[in-house]
Amino acid sequence: MHTFSEGTPGRVRDLVDVVRGQISREIFVDERIHRLELENLFPRAWLFVGHASQVPQPGDFFASWMGSDPVLLTRDDAGKLHVLLNSCRHRGMRVCRYDEGNTMRFTCPYHAWSYSIDGSLVSTPGDLHGVPQLKAAYSGKLRKEDWGLVRCPKVRDYKGLVFATWDTEAPEFDDYAGDFHWWLDNLADAFDGTEAGTEVFRGVQKWRIRSNWKLVSENFLGDTYHGASTHASVEAVGIGPGGRGKRRHGERPNEGGFSRGRFKTSFRLGHGASDNLDYELPYPEFAEQPLNDYFTEAWNTRKAKLDKEARPLGGRGPATMFPNMSFSAGFPRTILVAHPLSATETEVWRWYLVDKAAPEFVRDWLRHYYMRYAGPGGMTEQDDMENWDYATQASRGVVARRYPYNYQQGLGEEVPSALRQAVHSHHAIAGEVNARAFYRRWSEFVDNLSWAELNKLAEVDDRATARAQG
Amino acid sequence: MAIDESAVQRLLLLAEVTDFLHREADLLDERRYEEWLSLLADDYQYSVPLRMNVRYNEVAEREQTKAGEEICWFDEGKETTELRVAQLATGKHWAEEPVSRVTHLVTNIRLTSTELPEVEVSCRFIVYRNRVADESDFLVGRRRDRLRRTGDGWQVCRRQLLLDQSVLLAKNLSVFI
Repeated sequence: MHTFSEGTPGRVRDLVDVVRGQISREIFVDERIHRLELENLFPRAWLFVGHASQVPQPGDFFASWMGSDPVLLTRDDAGKLHVLLNSCRHRGMRVCRYDEGNTMRFTCPYHAWSYSIDGSLVSTPGDLHGVPQLKAAYSGKLRKEDWGLVRCPKVRDYKGLVFATWDTEAPEFDDYAGDFHWWLDNLADAFDGTEAGTEVFRGVQKWRIRSNWKLVSENFLGDTYHGASTHASVEAVGIGPGGRGKRRHGERPNEGGFSRGRFKTSFRLGHGASDNLDYELPYPEFAEQPLNDYFTEAWNTRKAKLDKEARPLGGRGPATMFPNMSFSAGFPRTILVAHPLSATETEVWRWYLVDKAAPEFVRDWLRHYYMRYAGPGGMTEQDDMENWDYATQASRGVVARRYPYNYQQGLGEEVPSALRQAVHSHHAIAGEVNARAFYRRWSEFVDNLSWAELNKLAEVDDRATARAQG
Repeated sequence: MAIDESAVQRLLLLAEVTDFLHREADLLDERRYEEWLSLLADDYQYSVPLRMNVRYNEVAEREQTKAGEEICWFDEGKETTELRVAQLATGKHWAEEPVSRVTHLVTNIRLTSTELPEVEVSCRFIVYRNRVADESDFLVGRRRDRLRRTGDGWQVCRRQLLLDQSVLLAKNLSVFI
């Protein structure tokens, strides 16, 4: 196993050995590798920026991050979404330090360059509009159209989930997501199957951890192995829909825990889910009858609709869309983004989704459940943070770095999938197939392979077939 | 000089309330959680909204999320707080194993309403947590309490905290604040 402690970085692919199931600790702690991630991965990947329901009106904005860069998600006067770099083109001042609000013009406090998202004032929303002393300073030679806020060339509103990429050469969003879109559909569609029938509660939880961002992505990508130990205390107490003494996700007792009939799904594109589309986990059994009635009806409505479309009912995650957007599309239903700050620091953001049409008592129950489950105050997630932080700390030592992490669960036992560019693993709980694919894809990006190479590598997932032929 | 009886009564009430809040802090810092729970009324409502960076003229409307309808750090009743105490007692709540060192400071205590048996209290809090070795968190902000005098002494029936951070700089909130 290579280490990375001296000299210039070589290929990070040499640090990710998916054949033997060993991954160097360097990729979780080394600042030079982190620099390469920021340069070669985050500006090229499709990243989750925010939810369309956060900016419903013209002029609404939501401040977000894409890798190392602050951005503004805005809606122009024609209703179109934009993602703009939140940095003045003159001296770089962050033109907007508000988290959210409504304005048709961002005016930099430093020298008052102003940028408009009103299409009647500028040809492209986000363009430079006002420049103090324009004529005197530039003799009329400043080409304002060249100095607008830097914009994301590609923005996609996928059923309210807003993604963007800086890379004009990146594949279209649908190709980047691939068949993983079924999980995004379940996240964005309402509990009764209504397409794009969700919105987010107001309030994004944001907090800092002293961990590498990839440990967070990996945790939701398919690490169902950690639950029994990490979350033993919440399972002992019972914080789920069924009340005390019941499972935290609300599985019904006749469902064989959380694993019967369940496979993991791993995409060559790096995405991963803890379940498969045929794994039909009905909605939970609630302690309160009105909630049972509501969700039973929602399940039946959804089942009838999806059966008609010949669409399977499963696929609720937890899951991670490569590289840093994780989510659960069931109980709870929430999106997490792990924003990288340094090799060993991450800012975690959580959004919580709810059906637009949900009655008040359902909204209220879900909101309370979400807050006691997830985020820094969440009884489940609190223990995850302890692990990520101290795993990072204890992996920084000179000796520790010499020893790779073990990713050998279910090694070489991938099975083919009917989904494109994907395989499954029968190792429903203790299986690391998703993590191996995630880190392989990560290394291909960080080594700065061209899009032609990246696309070719991901064309077919040969993990299952290669083994059958071998 | 005549003694202003009502002023004396107010001072005595303030002393009584202050002593109660300090005793409550002692129970938390000494991890006597079951005793602490007995100080919470059955209709206890606890909320810690998120704080946001907003324009000066939008502070009233948008600067904090609304308990009761939006996402907060906490927005819960006594039942959930009891679950948190039960979780600490499992010995497997890794975020607090080994246990953190915690100190609650309650200061700037002022009675803002006295309609006995209930009073409303405005105060400031500092919660300091030190954990393992170099993990230190300062959680500082304003607090509004509604307390009720009962036959068994004072109880907390409502508590609203405004934590002075928009991005939480602590990795979690696994101690009671």
